[in-house]
Amino acid sequence: MLPVTLTDFTPWASLGGGILIGLSAVMVMALFGRIAGIVGITAGAVTQGDRGWRLAFIAGLLAAPVAWLLVTGDFPHQTVSENLPAMAIAGLLVGIGTALGSGCTSGHGVCGLARLSGRSLAAVITFIVFAALTVFVLRHVIGGAI
Amino acid sequence: MRLLFGFLSGLIFGIGLILSGMANPAKVLNFLDIFGTWDPSLAFVMGGASLTAFIGYRLAWRQDRPILMADFDIPSANDIDVKLLSGAALFGIGWGIGGFCPGPAWTALPIAASGTLIFVPAMLIGIWAGRRVKSTSLKTGSV
Repeated sequence: MLPVTLTDFTPWASLGGGILIGLSAVMVMALFGRIAGIVGITAGAVTQGDRGWRLAFIAGLLAAPVAWLLVTGDFPHQTVSENLPAMAIAGLLVGIGTALGSGCTSGHGVCGLARLSGRSLAAVITFIVFAALTVFVLRHVIGGAI
Repeated sequence: MRLLFGFLSGLIFGIGLILSGMANPAKVLNFLDIFGTWDPSLAFVMGGASLTAFIGYRLAWRQDRPILMADFDIPSANDIDVKLLSGAALFGIGWGIGGFCPGPAWTALPIAASGTLIFVPAMLIGIWAGRRVKSTSLKTGSV
């Protein structure tokens, strides 16, 4: 868990970034006929027959901060927890949960909501509620102790 | 062509994640901290992304088939079951601890913060384990 770091409200940048994410999801649908769910693409890059475009997509994700560096002269600003055991647990839970629940913020959140999938809506509400509860407990009940 | 356009799609997705603030765990955790340092920015990400995809999908589906593949492959499941909800709950807890969901974790990897270098391999192990649990429970009909 991170120490609390204040962040600015950035509606326009967030809206612009969201539109780019949506455009990418539309490209994946129009070009490949697939859902742009990151966990599905990650798992498919390892296991499925047609892995080329999925590996290339992940390479594109990895290239994004490098492109950002080339254009702005600096890596994207971010604050990541240095509590390594907590980050290991977080990574395991994110991986298991998204595989078991067949999607993450992109697969259920962006693509599923765009398809008006009730299943995705149920997943989105569930993961946002549990994430908010987790942050509430860590920050306000046990006081960011981990 | 598939490789080129796969790469471009991933690059645009990743730049969108960075520009939107999704790739900064501090911003994600503040979005989730409704009763504390709440930063509602990420609601604009989800709104902008799903509205764009809602319109764009309907244009894409006017084609007989996708441009680079033989057919559309769209999830058909619509049952809200224990696996879906328990998976979403576990994911939510992990997201609330680390502030990373899978896409932003990939884009953060080249920046090489120590927390990211631990998170991504743990996530990959988790995806592998989660898929095993899912396929096992499908076979036995438990869960």
